[in-house]
Amino acid sequence: MELINIEGTPKTPTVSMDPNSGVVEIKGRSIPENSIEFYKPLVDWLDEYAKGPAAKTVVNIRLEYFNTASSKCILDVFKKLEVLKKNSADVIINWYYEEDDEDMLEAGEDYESIIKVPFKMIQIVD
Amino acid sequence: MQAEKQRSSMSDFLNQCYAQMHKGDIIVAYKGTINADVIADTLGLVETKLDDLLEHSLVRKKLYNVLVECLQNLYHHVDSVQVSDSSQNFGAFVLSRTDTGYRISTGNMVKSDKSLILKEKIDKINSLSKDELKDFYKFVLNNQTFSEKGGGGLGLIDMARKTGNKLEYQFSSFNPEFDFFNLNVLITE
Repeated sequence: MELINIEGTPKTPTVSMDPNSGVVEIKGRSIPENSIEFYKPLVDWLDEYAKGPAAKTVVNIRLEYFNTASSKCILDVFKKLEVLKKNSADVIINWYYEEDDEDMLEAGEDYESIIKVPFKMIQIVD
Repeated sequence: MQAEKQRSSMSDFLNQCYAQMHKGDIIVAYKGTINADVIADTLGLVETKLDDLLEHSLVRKKLYNVLVECLQNLYHHVDSVQVSDSSQNFGAFVLSRTDTGYRISTGNMVKSDKSLILKEKIDKINSLSKDELKDFYKFVLNNQTFSEKGGGGLGLIDMARKTGNKLEYQFSSFNPEFDFFNLNVLITE
């Protein structure tokens, strides 16, 4: 399986997905008008990864901003992780938020209440 | 002659609507064609301006986030108006500083039959408490599919939720077929 390495732009996040270590990272900002186009390869990758996942899958979400169009796509990514978890894989989502950024913390809690995967809320302190 | 008249009456109407959007100290104002490039350029410009204007990164972050939503909402929902032989994706937005914070005003033409649906949606959002908004957001996030233009139906809910303020709006009838839809979002400091 291939690695995914996408460099961030002012509108799209930096993404890395490693099938061997099981570490998935999405960081930066995610505000493209057409978010489906950006996230589709990530969702497809997770489908493929689910066939033979690493012993532990660690997903780090460290977003500065994301638009509502991306929020649906991020949910799609999480739904794939939910399937992985359902098939007895070890999965954790680390949701990073900047100190005092209640909007980002709340966004993480929204996902946590929808998706049946363990979440860890991690405050970034400068 | 007829086409000329039609064009100028539309232009007068839009100028009037645009003038009403100006309040407070203007930071950025635009009227004209709305497309992906205009939105992207504006976001870049505003971000640079906000870096100069705002020390407090949380207000800046919230303002920028809400602005992205407002402008992309505008981009997704602008209805093209046929004027004589050309069609126009006309829209406008004004970002300004007010006594209590910042104000984002957007305006675009919508087909009249959509106005009522839009009005009902905003009225519903405005009637909800903070917790109800959270539940509504999660419901739409989890249940609604994307529209053909890529909107997820979450933009307005998100604006109300992030700002904690009611969404102000106004519809002005241009002709039986089109209304000018003006939306004002306030970000209090």
